[in-house]
Amino acid sequence: MGLTLAEKILSINLAREVHAGDFAVFTVNLCLLQDGTGPLAVRQFKKLGFSKVFDPKSVVIFLDHAAPSPKSELSNDHMLLREFARETGSVLSDVGDGVCHQVMSQYYTSPGDVLIGADSHTVTGGALASFATGMGSTDVAVGMGLGKTWLKVPATTRIVAEGDLPVGVYSKDIILHVIGTLGADGATYMSLEFGGGTIDRMAMSSRLVLANMAVEAGAKVGLVASDALTQKYLVQYDRGAAYREIRPDSDATYASVLEIDSAKLEPLVACPHTVDNVKSVREVAGTKLDQVMIGSCTNGRLDDLAVAALILRGKIRHVNTRLVVVPASRRVFMEAVEAGYVKTLLEAGAVIMPPGCASCCGVHGGILGDGEVCLATTNRNFLGRMGNPKSFVYLSSPATAAASAIKGEITDPREVL
Amino acid sequence: MRGKAWKFGDNVSTDLIAPGRYYHLRSNLPELAKHCLEDADPNFAANVKPGDFVVGGRNFGLGSSREHAPVIIKMAGAGAVLAESFARIFYRNAVNVGLPVVECDTSQIDARDELDIDVAAGVVRNLTRGTAITFHPLEEAMRRILEDGGLVEHIKKHGGFAIS
Repeated sequence: MGLTLAEKILSINLAREVHAGDFAVFTVNLCLLQDGTGPLAVRQFKKLGFSKVFDPKSVVIFLDHAAPSPKSELSNDHMLLREFARETGSVLSDVGDGVCHQVMSQYYTSPGDVLIGADSHTVTGGALASFATGMGSTDVAVGMGLGKTWLKVPATTRIVAEGDLPVGVYSKDIILHVIGTLGADGATYMSLEFGGGTIDRMAMSSRLVLANMAVEAGAKVGLVASDALTQKYLVQYDRGAAYREIRPDSDATYASVLEIDSAKLEPLVACPHTVDNVKSVREVAGTKLDQVMIGSCTNGRLDDLAVAALILRGKIRHVNTRLVVVPASRRVFMEAVEAGYVKTLLEAGAVIMPPGCASCCGVHGGILGDGEVCLATTNRNFLGRMGNPKSFVYLSSPATAAASAIKGEITDPREVL
Repeated sequence: MRGKAWKFGDNVSTDLIAPGRYYHLRSNLPELAKHCLEDADPNFAANVKPGDFVVGGRNFGLGSSREHAPVIIKMAGAGAVLAESFARIFYRNAVNVGLPVVECDTSQIDARDELDIDVAAGVVRNLTRGTAITFHPLEEAMRRILEDGGLVEHIKKHGGFAIS
């Protein structure tokens, strides 16, 4: 019987074949903590009686959700995490280094890894064929101490995208289409496995978008097979030796298959207040915007800032619409400076925030006022998500966001491309 | 377990349970618990009685992995969460912190209904309506963790995972 990508990775981990529905205890290769979930994980780690982490170089602690800290309570949480990193020798990714999932993908996550992170968007690592999944603080505390975690091997929905994406349509539109089709709980407990010609030709920056938002359909992991493009990405960060090819078997058993004709897709948005409330940009065009936010672990990469700069070059944001740009990592920020994107965006009226999560999770860096409307390239638009339950959040690709910033209303990027 | 139902709808996110604007209270759980579910029902945290139940619809607990969400539901006093379905991470977190989760047909429960839950028998008795709702027990692995009182107690008791 052939194996899905999830079954393949977990079978490698266990050195015996496992199938959907099996329960087992797996070896953890990487752990991720961030400043929102980390302090509780550290307290649980101590309550468990651990003093050493299973492998200090495989435990990475991120100060990214409140970076730099806007409040003394959060500064104290940062102190606690820095102290824990010192005590245990764990890796510390401090304020300004970037969003955990972007930094993990650049420097740590490798094909075949089992990565558990105390953050639901840990699934991002699935773009590198890692079984990367989000858990709570206590699960990750146990993972850090024992180097083990229990998992049920998930059944898989395979997403097959064929054909070329039209101009103005991006991987963000593919994943919004998938979430809109499956629903916010359409893949609960499952693996979403992305494949087909569109994905095979897709750069890693775009594959990471698909994996990142798999959790918005409820999925446990969002996986892409590793290939020459994966290898190229790893080489770019001096990690070529970490490459290994992992592909699903051609006779794997899938719970369901969703086929997508990429050429027929158009720019999409998720409307308030659920991610599966997906409409075409055409349907909501003209919705007035108080703020546009381009950034996050979903769409704050160099390619995202490049398309935003391309659209905003020589233009200026609408006078009533604030434009907030958040590079996903220090490396992305530096490369965007070198490429001239930052200058273009500043000239277009953007505020550039330090690398991190900023307003995405409602902590700081662009919290909305009562009744205000924001179009963001982030991954969630739940009531209150960006810090104010009286505000409204739409989600889109960076191209749609940039085009909309110019007009001050939701705008089809094909009008300006 | 016996208590009164607090009814919520579908897709109760962890942002509704533990709002991001109280991010700075995550190391002060008693204070964070005062804001539990406040954007869904501003009366909940101040009026929930020990042993009452949080009753949701589909996909309860979707979103962020913040374990603070089930922790503050428990701290607020709820004895269990009942829902038609749960988001994966919330479900696992609830068991890990010793908060019982019951997946059942909650359309048969109204706000303020008096419920009696028999976890071992897999039955929710709606004393107000005089009806009974059956539910599937937890998977074996999760049942063992919950019975030990949560994941910390489970690991301390067994020195590792004892899930099968």
